[in-house]
Parts: sequence; C-alpha cells; structure tokens
Amino acid sequence: MALLQISEPGLSTAPHQHRLAIGIDLGTTNSLVATVRNGISAVLNDSEGRALLPSVVRYHADGGVQVGDAAQSAQSEDPVNTIVSVKRFMGRGLKDVADVMSLPYRFVDEPGMLKLRTVAGVKSPVEISAEILKSLRERAEQALGGELVGAVITVPAYFDDAQRQATKDAARLAGLNVLRLLNEPTAAAIAYGLDNAAEGIYAVYDLGGGTFDISILRLSRGVFEVLAANGDSALGGDDFDHRIYCWLLEKNGLSALGAQDTRLLLTRARAAKEELTDRSETRIAAVLGSGEVIDTVLTRQDFQEMTQNLVARTIQPLRRALRDAGLTVDEVKGVVMVGGATRMPQVQRAVADFFKQTPLTNLDPDKVVALGAAIQANVLAGNRGGDEWLLLDVCPLSLGIETMGGLTEKIIPRNSTIPTARAQDFTTFKDGQTAMSIHVVQGERELVSDCRSLARFELRGIPPMVAGAARIRVTYQIDADGLLSVSAREQTSGVESHIVVKPSYGLSDAEITQMLQDSTQYARDDMLARALREQQVEAGQLLEAVQSALDQDGADLLGEDERARIATVMHRVREAMQGSDHQAIKKAVTQLNEATVQFAQARMDRNVARALTGHRIADLDR
Amino acid sequence: MQFDFQQNFFQMFGLPECFKLDGTVLEQNFLTLQSQVHPDKFAHLPESERRLSLQWATRVNEAYQTLRKPVDRARYLLKLRDVDTQEETNTAMPADFLMQQMEWREAIDEARHAGSLDDLDALEARVQHEAKALLQQLEASLDQAHDYPAAAGVVRKLRFFEKLSEEVASAYDELDH
Ligand SMILES: Nc1ncnc2c1ncn2[C@@H]1O[C@H](COP(=O)(O)OP(=O)(O)OP(=O)(O)O)[C@@H](O)[C@H]1O
Ligand SMILES: [Mg+2]
Repeated sequence: MALLQISEPGLSTAPHQHRLAIGIDLGTTNSLVATVRNGISAVLNDSEGRALLPSVVRYHADGGVQVGDAAQSAQSEDPVNTIVSVKRFMGRGLKDVADVMSLPYRFVDEPGMLKLRTVAGVKSPVEISAEILKSLRERAEQALGGELVGAVITVPAYFDDAQRQATKDAARLAGLNVLRLLNEPTAAAIAYGLDNAAEGIYAVYDLGGGTFDISILRLSRGVFEVLAANGDSALGGDDFDHRIYCWLLEKNGLSALGAQDTRLLLTRARAAKEELTDRSETRIAAVLGSGEVIDTVLTRQDFQEMTQNLVARTIQPLRRALRDAGLTVDEVKGVVMVGGATRMPQVQRAVADFFKQTPLTNLDPDKVVALGAAIQANVLAGNRGGDEWLLLDVCPLSLGIETMGGLTEKIIPRNSTIPTARAQDFTTFKDGQTAMSIHVVQGERELVSDCRSLARFELRGIPPMVAGAARIRVTYQIDADGLLSVSAREQTSGVESHIVVKPSYGLSDAEITQMLQDSTQYARDDMLARALREQQVEAGQLLEAVQSALDQDGADLLGEDERARIATVMHRVREAMQGSDHQAIKKAVTQLNEATVQFAQARMDRNVARALTGHRIADLDR
Repeated sequence: MQFDFQQNFFQMFGLPECFKLDGTVLEQNFLTLQSQVHPDKFAHLPESERRLSLQWATRVNEAYQTLRKPVDRARYLLKLRDVDTQEETNTAMPADFLMQQMEWREAIDEARHAGSLDDLDALEARVQHEAKALLQQLEASLDQAHDYPAAAGVVRKLRFFEKLSEEVASAYDELDH
C-alpha cells in the first residue's frame, strides 16, 4: 500500500508502547465499547458476558444511579426516573421533540436544551448520557487494566453542531479524553471496508433506535472518503414502536394513559415489532394499572402498512445524498446495512428496491459501529498497527449567517470536506455603527426561522465610520470533530476586534468542572488524584514526543541555543512531575508546548515539502 | 496565522499555474498532503501540534476545492494575476445572454411547480452543457491568449450559471420534501 509508506507525519511515539484507547457507540437504544487488542477489534463484554449496554439510566432518591439492564427492567415500574432514549434529547429544546405528549417524563424547558426532573433532581441529557459513558469507561478500565489514553465516541452523521457538542460534553463529564467524534456510518465503513478489502463506491444505511443516516463513501486502499451524508436525526426504531403504541390506543379506545402504562405499552410495542421481523403475526398482551386487559393480535401486514411512511422518509435522504455526491444508483457497488432497525424486512426491501441490489447484511448491525470506532481510536492514540489510512469526512448540514430580512446566507455548504474554514465579509449599514450582531445558523432552508440557531454574539468596538465603510470578516471553522467555531474581525481600520464563540448550548469548561465536582461519584480527593494522574500522563506523553522529535530532527532544524532552551523546559516538566501539584505540572507542560511551537512548525513544513518532492508521484493505488 | 502560507495553491500541489489541469495528479497530491497534515495523524500529539495540523488540513482542503472546481480555479488564477473579476460590480451583460438566463429561470420555476424531476434532470443537463462551452472559452483565454480581461468576462457569465445550478439544486431539495 503505497500510501502507507510515506514518511511518518508528526512526532513518532517511540519507544513503542501500546496505548489503551476505546471506541464507544453511544446509541439511542444500546451502547457498546470496543478496543483493539493484538491487532483485532473486539467488543468488551460486561461481567455477565453481555456486549450491549441498554442506554437506560435510572435515578434513585438517595442519589444512586443504575445504568443498563437493571435500569431497563425498572422502566415500566418507575418510568419517570428511568430515562430511555436520552440521545433524542441531546442538544434539543422541548419544542424539537415531536412526541413529548406520549413520553412519561417531567420535562423542564430550558433555552438551548431541555432537562428532565427526576427524584434525584433536574438532570440534563448531557449528564444522563455521561452516566452511560461512565459505565462503559469503567467496564473498559476493568477489562484493560490500565489508564485510558482516550476514546472515540460515535455520533450520527446527521447530528448538528448542538448535538455533537452535547455528546462531547457528556464524554468529558464522564472523564473521557475525546480523541475524536466519529460519524456512525463512517465507523461502520471502516470496519466493513477493512474486513472485506472493499474498493469502490459504497452506501451505508444506518437505521438505529432513534436516528437515521445515509453516507456515501468512496473506499480505496488507504483512503476512506465520505462524499456525502444525509439523514434524519429524529427517525428510528422508536418511531415504529410509537406507531404500534398509537394503534393500540386507538384499537382499545384508550386515552391519556399514565406514565407507567405508557412505558409498558411502548415496551410491548417494541417487542411486537421485533417479533414481526421473523413472524407474520404477534400477540400483544398487557394488564394496565386500572386492571384493564389488553390482548391484541398484530399482523406483519398491518404493521408494514402503518409504518410505510416512516420507511419512505428514509428514501428521500438517499436521493439527496447521491445527488450531492454527483452519483447515480448504478454507481453504488454495495449497500452496508447498520443498526438494529434494518432487520425489519420492509426496510431491507425498500433499500433493495432503491439501490437495485440486495443490501449487505453479512455483518453484525449492532456491533459494527463500535468496532470501527475502536479501530480509529487505536490509530488516533498513536498505536501503529502496520496499516494506516486517511479518513476524510464531511459536515452534513450547511452553516450560515442571518442577513437582512431574516434570510440565511450560507457560509459553509453541506458536505464540505472537514476540517474546513470559510470567511465572508460584511459591512455596517448605519453611519457610526460600532457594533454588529452575528447570528450563526445551521440548516438548508432559506429562512433563518426554519434553520437551527446555534449562537448569537456581538462584535463591538468597531471604529465609527460611514455606513458601508467597515469591513467585517466573519470566519467559520469546522474542526475534525465536525464542531464549529466562529470569529469576527474588523479589517479596514487596522483595529482588530476578535471574538471566538462556542455555540451557546455548549457547556463551558468551568461548568463541566463544576458538574464533575458536584457529582457524587467524584469526591474531592478523587478529583485531585485523578487530575494529578491525568497531568502526569499528559506530561509523560509530551516529554516522549518532544524527545523523539529532537532525536529525529533536532540537530538539523534547531540551533544549539534553541536545543538548550527546550532542554531546560523539559527538565522543568520532569521536576514538576515528581511533585504532587497538578497545577504546577500543567504550567510546565504549557511552557514546553510554547517552547516547541516553532520547532513543530519547521517539522511540519519539512514533512509537507518532502511529501511532494521525495514522493511526488507516490502511486496512491487510486 | 503564523505558519508559512506563502505558497499559492498551485505550488502547494506541485502543479503549473494554468487553467488546464490534470485532475488525477491534483487528487493524488491532495491525498498525499492530507496524509501528512490531517488531524487524525496528530490526535495523540500535544495541543500546539494539533492546532498546526488543523490549520494545514483546512488550508489543503481549501486549496483542493478551489482548484478542483473550474470556475473557482479560474477566479483564483485571475486573482494571482491581479485581475479583478468584478462579479459584484460589473453587471453589463449582452442582452441576449440575459434573455436566455431569464428563460432558464422560468423553466426551472415551471419544473419546480410541476414537481417534475424529469424536467429538472433535463434542464440540469442543458445548463451543464452550456457551461461547458464557456469553460472551453475560459481555457483558451487563460492558457493560450492570456487575455485576462476576456477571461474575467467569461467568469462573470459563468457566475450566472453557478446561480442557475444553485436554483436547480434547491428545486431538487424542495421536490424531495
Ligand atoms: N429483530 C429486530 N427487528 C426489528 N427491529 C429490531 C430488531 N432488533 C432490534 N431492533 C430495533 O433496533 C433498534 C435498536 O437498534 P440499534 O441498537 O442499532 O440502535 P442504537 O444504535 O441504539 O440507536 P441509534 O444508532 O439510532 O442511536 C431498536 O428500535 C430495536 O427495537
Ligand atoms: Mg446506532
């Protein structure tokens, strides 16, 4: 594989030592954790041999928290405090949740993101998700017996910025170092592609419990390139359950059920749906709180009819994704099916009809995302598994800015390869105007009111000028996690006002630290011990990286003074590491980072130059 | 930004500064560069290196997207030659060109209202065909005649076609709803 032979970028991590990294599929219904051991990606089971952790969290009055199967079995008994499918609420306000009325929770409407009132207090979806992640982190730490370097967390490809930011915050709250947010279909494509040495255009159709994604990728040896992604982040198996639930209510003349009965029927509906995958009819039986007995037969045919338009809703995104990729159905070599809900025969049929081919179902649709995430985590952690590849992903939704008349001006179009940055110039419309308000939105629609509002901020301190004279450059940057940051700067006068916003629903570092401190699982001493350990690990890694860079390029790229200066700062880091003050280590680490900035730049420039000269016509097998 | 951005996009990919370009070489060199600078290669490294990688990878993507799309490539070439394409300011266009644009627009609107994907497909093909002829003119003025003002004029025309393509795309989006 020619691509793999190109000189190693960045700093190598010799001496070689396996760094523990995990991939987590944080699903609406089920979550999993996987890791690469001895070159093989494998899901880590719990102590009872179960791979899937139901994404269910139950809060108790005494502050105790249960996650997984134990919580799931309590869902009908204690529905208000037992949160299922919390992923649907990530980064969402109350008005975004379609079926609020039939959900057995006590919602608290808050700007940005809704919250849920439980016996243990008001919880945000971020905190609830963090409990799931914490449980998986503990599982992994026990299985692997060491400190984790970091984790790759998967998100639906069609998640917007708010949902991604919320996921990343949840991971940090769970004490995980997030190596990357990885799109679920992309993770699946990595696992599938590597396993099958697949080359050509592939579509990944991922219908899970709560989200739907379609990604079109070009796979070739050494490169995974996402060409387009589309989907619906509020469409999944849950909606099929909901249809059965509504049908049950109607058929039995029921209305306004209590929380317990609602959860009971939703659970029965899900079981019925799953049974209809293998059988042509199923019996749904339940005893309601009132003593009323429900006993109904649902046929596969009726089920398929009542869910026909849900299946149809997955077809439109397929068309769009193909069009955005500039491809036709005939060019798609294979369709990879991911997610438990793709087991439904009507879904498989619809996908086969659209793509004019039988979809590939020869992989475990529940596990493939976690397996791919683990493979990527292994690479990102700096473990070189012999194989290396380049992964190019895209942003699923356009990012824009509000202009006059409530219209959106697109700044970054959907399906741009990330990381990406785009700038646009704006001007003042009043004489002497000294401030400008900037409204950042995401979505495809023309009206701002139809798009998702991500952030609002003001650029102040513009020197007074006549209308139209100021030149304000607004820059949008999307990083490799698909997360946006925005900055604005007035250019003409030489006066710079610069502001970088994080979208408003995001938690600040201070808030996360506060939440960590509040959480009962982290007593203050634990916190300090953890912070110290983390700083020591980070300092150790940095020293190792700098040393290896010095060994490789120090003599060529640095003068003697420069080398001496870096050596002094390295010494300071080593000294700080002996002590138990994590702040002191952090300070020394920052100094070392600063002291090596120019060296790093020189190395980067040289690598880039070498890449195209030494290996100009590197045959990339494409 | 502090790092060396002196190289122009053509230099970055080791390509000659002209409009006609070998797409395969561009793509190969793009992948070679990204495999050096992409953030995935730096995830385990210190913050300063990660930031550098983000800047580089962003820049390489921008360069690739610019050179890959012919009209953007022409704009960029003209900018390197200090020629302003005047797309916002110079609105003088031949009357028959404008008439034809109006007709296209109406046709797109009709297809949109009729909800006809087939009509849109046909329109899109015709728009692309017309644009292709203009791209050939562009190549002649940029690479052979070196007549940059003429090239800027063609770019201004192509701007109209970009807008048409956007309208076709949004009509498709709408029909999918
Ligand atoms: N045999 C089956 N037939 C029909 N549906 C099934 C079957 N098995 C699982 N499902 C459904 O698949 C969904 C869960 O799938 P999966 O575990 O892939 O979702 P998830 O990863 O948790 O969710 P998401 O990816 O949307 O966040 C549930 O709605 C479940 O009822
Ligand atoms: Mg999933």
